[in-house]
Amino acid sequence: MSLQIPHHDINLEPSMSKPPDFNRQSVLMHTERGFKSEVISIVPLTTQEKLFHIRICDPCERENFTFLPGQFVMLELPGCGEVPISISSSTSNKEFIALCVRKVGKVTGMLHRLKQGAIVGIRGPFGTHFPMEKMVGYNILLIAGGLGIVPLRSPIYWTKEHRSDYKDITVMYGAKEPGQILFDYQFEEWRKIYGLKMLTIVQEAGENWNGRVGLITELFKEVTIDPDNTFAIVCGPPVMFKFVCGHLSNLGLPRQRMFVSLERRMHCGMGKCCRCNVGSTFTCLDGPVFDYWTVMNLKEAI
Amino acid sequence: MLFRTITKENFRKMVEALMENNEVIGPKWRDRDTEGNKIYRFLKLNTFDELQMDYTRSYSSPKNYFLPFKEDLSTYRLEDKDWEQEIHYTIHPRVIIGMRACDINALLKLDQVLVKSAYPNPHYVARRRNTLIIGLDHEPLEDCFCRSMNSDTAFHGFDLFLTDIGEKYFVAINSDTGYMIVNRFDAREVAEDDQRRYKEVKGRIETKFKTQVDVTIVPELMDLEFESDVWKKWGDKCLSCGSCAMVCPTCYCYGIEEHTNLTFTKATKRRVLYSCNLLDFATVAGGHNFRPEAHIRLKYRYYHQFRGFVEAFNQSLCVGCNRCGKACLAGISPKVVIDDLIETEKR
Repeated sequence: MSLQIPHHDINLEPSMSKPPDFNRQSVLMHTERGFKSEVISIVPLTTQEKLFHIRICDPCERENFTFLPGQFVMLELPGCGEVPISISSSTSNKEFIALCVRKVGKVTGMLHRLKQGAIVGIRGPFGTHFPMEKMVGYNILLIAGGLGIVPLRSPIYWTKEHRSDYKDITVMYGAKEPGQILFDYQFEEWRKIYGLKMLTIVQEAGENWNGRVGLITELFKEVTIDPDNTFAIVCGPPVMFKFVCGHLSNLGLPRQRMFVSLERRMHCGMGKCCRCNVGSTFTCLDGPVFDYWTVMNLKEAI
Repeated sequence: MLFRTITKENFRKMVEALMENNEVIGPKWRDRDTEGNKIYRFLKLNTFDELQMDYTRSYSSPKNYFLPFKEDLSTYRLEDKDWEQEIHYTIHPRVIIGMRACDINALLKLDQVLVKSAYPNPHYVARRRNTLIIGLDHEPLEDCFCRSMNSDTAFHGFDLFLTDIGEKYFVAINSDTGYMIVNRFDAREVAEDDQRRYKEVKGRIETKFKTQVDVTIVPELMDLEFESDVWKKWGDKCLSCGSCAMVCPTCYCYGIEEHTNLTFTKATKRRVLYSCNLLDFATVAGGHNFRPEAHIRLKYRYYHQFRGFVEAFNQSLCVGCNRCGKACLAGISPKVVIDDLIETEKR
């Protein structure tokens, strides 16, 4: 007498026959399947950073790909590796997404060697977003340090496209030195067309720098913040969070109206690999965007 | 739940029948330790006699039949500028015999993460749905503290669960497949005498738990005693070898490795189980390590097990099997660390 245990082929599940939709988190899908995407252009920004414009090849997958400001994707070079990169373009741009990558490790080093037309894989979008919907009717303060300006471009585009929803919008941007300022070619447009107040500062002035010199907190002297009517988005190195968010707290801005974006090592983006564990949770699922109250409750978050 | 009894002779026939068409995994005797105790592992069975129904504890957990140490998540065919991705799921049916209640509860905890929360993992789901689980009761060992972790009994998560009541097994049936199988081997309705003997065995097991770990206040303690010297005391002994995670029935963290062949025509994306105690667990590109010291990494291992997982799923990740305590070369075990932590709080 022989016994055969029944087979269960999960490929036959209805959701498995479709391309993955990472916005539907609870559905069983091919979570390892990346969307094949073409690098349509590469913009060198500084010696270390390049901006990649990436277009999902398949028209259906491209149409289905939607994200919110502050979310990230896993960018994969098959055979080389996969890295989490925050999306730095407008949520309304259905044609391509922009990813700014600093050359710092093995995969990013290889990405910097890519040429226009290369095919990469992206999975996502993943993570939490800056809650632009909650900020309607408020002033918005966007504060970026160094590479922190990259994830802020998405909310900046958002405010342009929904300008009447918000009151005063101020962008404060600090960099180490003038040569490291990213996207300076857009600042004039942000001021004139987006109607943003734009303040920049550098820590070490070069020869041709006529602007402000000092730490980013210096910029607070130039703006009046109404703590009852303001949301803040802060993005930059952890040390900056302490000073900037500390200052804003002292002004009376509730911690639940301050949002920061954290960075950790990630291998999956889906709460499975545990590598981005911060305090009691994971950066990829409950972050990367956290409100400052949550950050204060997460051990060693900053 | 339905209950039946099956004679040991019929159980033997059942296992042999299962072995004919399916891969059957069970506890096998592999070696002896330095003290002469037998070392068991869950391995593929070729004959019924290899199955050690009286085994004590397997050195590593049967988790790896659901989460292999190494697993290819996808492969790529690389062509000139283009590539094609291929993904295959393991779907051949498998039977695992002899899993303990703690190991079954461990699987249920893994299910919380890998099936029931965001982004179910298809590789895990495929294995889970194609595995028939036959559990087995045992008398607890000296250092088992599964009772403290509420994992000493399994109510679901298995197909059949056996309790030895002499010349018969008392069988709890939890799936139609399981029901069909035992019925083909002359499973009988539970007689009054069988039930009495079953209760006796269960009662004896209850009295045998020697190790207790009080975990009721541990989630709060993890925050209150975050800066405690206890972490440094035990963390400084930690060799950061990751043995604890390798034998743990619930550790699931991993790293991704990508490889290409020498001619750059094929690439593989491979998941390799990792450990949060390994030095580079939280190292980011550029070299910054968020957890540079062994004691910080050890603390976070406990923080995840007894605090983070509790917050997410209202239960701790640890099942109390003490495999990590046995495997640890530095003598660190949950029992001693948590007792120490509670002691510090009292002082």
